[in-house]
Amino acid sequence: MALIGKPKIKSIPYEEFKDNESLEKMIDELNAHGTNVIVTTADKLINWGRSNSLWPMNFGTSCCAIELMAMGAARFDMARFGFEVTRTSPRQADLILVCGTITYKMAPVLKRLYDQMADPKYVIAIGGCTISGGPFTKSYHVLMGVDKILPVDVYVPGCPPRPEAFYYGMMQLQRKMKIENFFGTVNHKDKDLHKTEAKALEKKIINQEEQA
Amino acid sequence: MTLDIQTIEPSALHAEMLRLRQEKKMDFLVNLIGMDWGEEGLGVIYMLESTETGETLTIKTATTDRQTPYIDSVSDIWQIANIYEREVYDFYGIRFLNHPDMRRIFLREDWVGYPLRKDDKTAEENPLRMTDEPLSDTTTEYYRDADGTIKEKKNVVWGPDEYVVNVGPQHPSTHGVLHMRASLDGETVKKIGLVLGYIHRGIEKISESLTYPQMLALTDRLDYFSAMQNRHALCMCIEKAIGLEVSPRVQYIRTIMDELQRIASHCIYYACMTMDTGALTAFFYTFREREELCKIFEDNFGGRLIMNYNTIGGVMYDIQPDFAKRVKEFSKHLRARFHEYQDIYTGNVIAEQRMKGVGCISNADAISLGITGPAGRASGWHNDVRKRHPYALYDQLKFREIVREEGDTNARHWNRMDEMLESLNIVDQLIDNIPAGDIQTKRKPIVKLPEGDYYQAVESSRGEFGVFIESKGDKSPYRVHYRSSSLPLANAMDTATRGQKFADLIAIGASMDFVIPDIDR
Amino acid sequence: MFDFTTVSTWFHSLLTGVMPEWLAIGIECLIVLLFIIILYATLAIILIYAERKICAFFQCRIGPNRVGKWGVLQVFADVLKMLTKEIIKMRQSDRLLHDMAPYFVLVASFLTFSCIPWNKGLEILDFNVGAFFFISVSGIGVIGILLAGWASHSKYPMIGAMRSGAQLISYELSIGMTMLVVILLNGSMQLSEIVQQQADYGWNIVRGHVPAVLAFLIYLVAGNAECNRGPFDLPEAESELTAGYHTEYSGMHFGFFYLAEYLNLFICGAMAATIFLGGWAPFYIQGADGFNSVMAAIPGFVWFFAKAFFVVFLLMWIRWTFPRLRIDQLLTLEWKYLMPLSMINIVLMALVVCFGLTIN
Repeated sequence: MALIGKPKIKSIPYEEFKDNESLEKMIDELNAHGTNVIVTTADKLINWGRSNSLWPMNFGTSCCAIELMAMGAARFDMARFGFEVTRTSPRQADLILVCGTITYKMAPVLKRLYDQMADPKYVIAIGGCTISGGPFTKSYHVLMGVDKILPVDVYVPGCPPRPEAFYYGMMQLQRKMKIENFFGTVNHKDKDLHKTEAKALEKKIINQEEQA
Repeated sequence: MTLDIQTIEPSALHAEMLRLRQEKKMDFLVNLIGMDWGEEGLGVIYMLESTETGETLTIKTATTDRQTPYIDSVSDIWQIANIYEREVYDFYGIRFLNHPDMRRIFLREDWVGYPLRKDDKTAEENPLRMTDEPLSDTTTEYYRDADGTIKEKKNVVWGPDEYVVNVGPQHPSTHGVLHMRASLDGETVKKIGLVLGYIHRGIEKISESLTYPQMLALTDRLDYFSAMQNRHALCMCIEKAIGLEVSPRVQYIRTIMDELQRIASHCIYYACMTMDTGALTAFFYTFREREELCKIFEDNFGGRLIMNYNTIGGVMYDIQPDFAKRVKEFSKHLRARFHEYQDIYTGNVIAEQRMKGVGCISNADAISLGITGPAGRASGWHNDVRKRHPYALYDQLKFREIVREEGDTNARHWNRMDEMLESLNIVDQLIDNIPAGDIQTKRKPIVKLPEGDYYQAVESSRGEFGVFIESKGDKSPYRVHYRSSSLPLANAMDTATRGQKFADLIAIGASMDFVIPDIDR
Repeated sequence: MFDFTTVSTWFHSLLTGVMPEWLAIGIECLIVLLFIIILYATLAIILIYAERKICAFFQCRIGPNRVGKWGVLQVFADVLKMLTKEIIKMRQSDRLLHDMAPYFVLVASFLTFSCIPWNKGLEILDFNVGAFFFISVSGIGVIGILLAGWASHSKYPMIGAMRSGAQLISYELSIGMTMLVVILLNGSMQLSEIVQQQADYGWNIVRGHVPAVLAFLIYLVAGNAECNRGPFDLPEAESELTAGYHTEYSGMHFGFFYLAEYLNLFICGAMAATIFLGGWAPFYIQGADGFNSVMAAIPGFVWFFAKAFFVVFLLMWIRWTFPRLRIDQLLTLEWKYLMPLSMINIVLMALVVCFGLTIN
C-alpha cells in the first residue's frame, strides 16, 4: 500500500503546481522500498512540523536579497507561512536562500555557512546569478551556478524573482519536505554525498591537529 | 563630457600632484583609474576637481615596465587614493611607492595575475578555490631609497594582541557581503580594515567584451537601489559621445524616474537604519510606502528593482496613461505618512542619543575621502552633481541642495529624510507638464564611440556615480570604469568609527548606506 | 474568594489515608512537577504565538495564519521541528559547559516560575523569604548566559555574554530595590502574604501611591532589561552580534534559550502583577457592593493571568516600538538614573509607611 501520498499545500491545488512529475517519482521510489504504518505516521507529523517552520537564514549578496526583505515586509509578509523567524546564525536556520551572485571569493564562505547549519537543511537558489551565473557568465570571478558547491533543492529563476516567486519556491520545498523520511534514509542522495565529504574533511582536520 | 587629458611623467607625478592640491586647490580626487594601454604601458588616470572653483582636471601617467610597474602613490595627498590605489594594484599590478598597505583588496590574496590587464591569460590558473581564504596580518610597503633603488618593508596591520572581530562577510548588518575586520578594545572600536570583493563580478572587464547596448544591462546590477540613475549615466555618456539628442519627453521621464528611484532608495535606507539600531517596527513603515512605488514601477516597465528602462537615445517603453495620476497620489500619500517616521523612530530619545554626535566626519575629511551624496553633504560639503554639473532637466528645476554641518549620523539620517521630500518636490514640478514626443531618438543599430575618453557623472541615491569610457572607435569600449558612490562611503568607516562603540559601528555603517555590489563592481 | 488550600489538604488527607506520608508527599511532588512543566510549556507556546501576532499587528502585517486556524498551530510546528533538529557539537568548544549552559538558564526560569502565587492557596514555593528567594534564583540565569558565551569559543557569543553579564547584574539591583519598596509597604517577604494584604487593603500600586507607582515604572524598565528584550536586547542584538550568546547553539539547546526568554517575560509580568497589581486579588471599588460581588465571582487565577498578560503586552509594546540602547547608555541608565531613583524611592516609601500615609 502506498502510504506516502501527494503532499498538500493550503489553498493551492496539487494540479496547479508545476513539476509534479519529479515529485511523484520520488514518492514512488519511497513507496517501492516498502513503508511502515507507524513510522510513516510519525514521519508525517515530523514533516508537517518541519515544513511549516522553515526558518531562513539571513543570507543575501545582492539584488535578490532586497526582494527577500520585501518578502518579509508588510505587503508580502512571510510570517503568514511560518517563515518568519529569520535567523542570523546558521546554526539555528533550516534553510538557506542563496540570494544573489556567488563569486569565487564568496564560494568557500558560503560552503562553510552551509556546513555550519544543523541538519536537516535545505538550499534554495534564488535568481539567475545563483542558478547559472546569469548575466555574468563571461566573468573571471563568478561561480556559474551555486549547485556546483551546494546541493540545491529548489531553483527560483528571475532577476530578481518577485516575492510571489519566492513563495512558490518555498512551497515547492515544503512539498518536497512533506515526502521525506525522517526514520530511515533521507531523500536527497546528493546530500549524503556532501555529508561523507564533510566527514572526510573533519577527519583530515583532526589528523592534522593531532600531528601538530 | 569629453575629457581633455594631460600627460605627466611618473617621475614628476608626485610633485605635480602636490602642487595641484596646494596651489590650485584640487582637493577632491574624483577618480583614480587604472589603465592598460598595451604598448604605451600601464598607467593611471587621475580625475581631480576643486570644490572651491569647480575646476576639473584630468591627468594621466604611464610606465612601460610591465613586469614591475612602479608609480608614486598619492595616498598622502588624498585619503581616498589609499583604497583606489589598492584597487589598481589588485587589477593591474601597478605598485604604488610609499603606499602603506599594498595588499589585494578585491581578489583573494592567492589570486594569480592581474585580471584587468589586456594580456591577462590567467583564467585557468585561477580556478574556484574552496580552501579558506588567506588573510594576512602584515603588508608590504614599497619605497624608493635615497639612491633611487626600490626597496620593500613589512608593515604590521593587525598585531598579535589585537582582538579582531570579523564583521562579515555574512553578517546581518553589512547589507550584503562586506567584510570589516574590527579591532576591539572591550566595546570600543580601535580600527577597521576592509576586505572587499565578495561580490566582485568583474563588470568592468566583462563590459570590455560587450557592445554598448549590451553593456547597459550590467549597470542596473551595480547599485540596485540606483538602477535608474546608473543606467541614466551610462546612456548619457554614450549619447553625448555620439552626439545623440534625446527628446524633451525622455528628459522629463528620466528625471522623474531618477527622483522616484531616489525616494525608493531612501525608503530602504530608513528601513535598514532602523533595523540596525533595533527598531524593528519602523522597518516596515517605509517598506510599505516603497511597495506603492514598486507598483508604479511595475506597471510602467515591469521591474520592481532592476528596471532596464533607459536605452541609448531614449527609454524602453512609454509611460502608462495613468502614470501622472498615480505618482501624484503617491506623492500625497508619502507626505501624509512622513510624520510617522519621525514619530516612531527619530522622535524617540534613544534613537536621538544613538545618532547625535556619533561617527563625526569633518568637512576636510569628507572631501579628502571623497564622500559624496547625502553622507558628504552632512559634513557641509556642497557636492550635489545635480547642482555642480547639471544634467537632464536639473538646471531648469527649483530645488534645494540639502546640506548639514554636523557630519554625524543624525545629520546623514536627516539629509536623506529631507531629500525624500525634495525629490517629491522635483517630481511635483515635472509631473504635470510632461511634453509629448518620441520616446526613442533614431540611431544607427551599431553604436560606435569616436576615439577618446568620456566621463559622465550623475547624482545617484548615494552620491556621485560616474561612468568613464575610453574608446578606440570600436563597437565595444576599450576600458570602462564606474565611479562607485559606495566605495568612498565604506572606506570612510575607519575614520568615522575609531573610538566609537561597537554598536555604533553598525549604526554608522547604516547611516553611510553603502551598497556592496556597487563597491565591488 | 475560592481558597485552593481546601483542595490540596483534601487531596493530601486522601493520599495519607492509603499510604505513608513520605510516599504521599513524593506523589504530590511529582504531580506538582508535572503541573509546572505542562504550564511552562503551554505558557511558552501561548506567549510565542501572542508575540508573533501582536508584533504583526504593530507592523501592519497579519502574522502566522496558514498553519491551523489563524495560525494557532504555528508554534507546535516550530517545537516539533526544533525537537528533531541536529544539535551541533563543536570540537573547539568546551563541551561540558557548552551543553550545561542552556539548562542553567532553564533551571533559573523554572525556579523563579515556581515562586509565583497563582491563586489563593495555590503556590508551589512559598515561604517567609519568598521575595528574597525569587531574586536570588533569578540570578542563576546569568551564569548560564555567561557560560554559553564562554564555552562557545567564539567571538560574538563572548561579546554577547559579557554584555549580558554587565546588564543583568546591574539591573538586578533595581529589581531588588523595587521589591524592597513593596516589602516595606507590606511588611512581609512572603509572596502569598503580600498578595493577601493586597486583597485585604487594596492593590499596592494604589495603596502605596507615589512611591509604588514609581517603583512599578522602575520595575517595568528593569524587568524588561532582565528579560533581555528590546530595547535592552543587547546580548543577542541581531544586527550587531548575529545571535549573541546563543549564536553557536542549534536544535533544542537553542530552543531552551528561546523558551526561557519568553518564560522570563511572563515571569516578569507575573511578578509585576503579584507585587503591584494585587496578584489574584480581584478589582474592588469601595462601597460598590454589587460590583464587588461580581468581581469576586471571577476566579483568582483568571485575575492573575489577566494582570500578568496585561504587563506582558505592555512589554511587547515597548519592545516593538523602541530602538536598541547602546551598552554605555544602558549602564548609564541603570547606575545614574534608576539606581539613585530607587534608593530615594525606598526612603520615600519608608516615610509613607512610617507616617501612615498609605491609602486605606
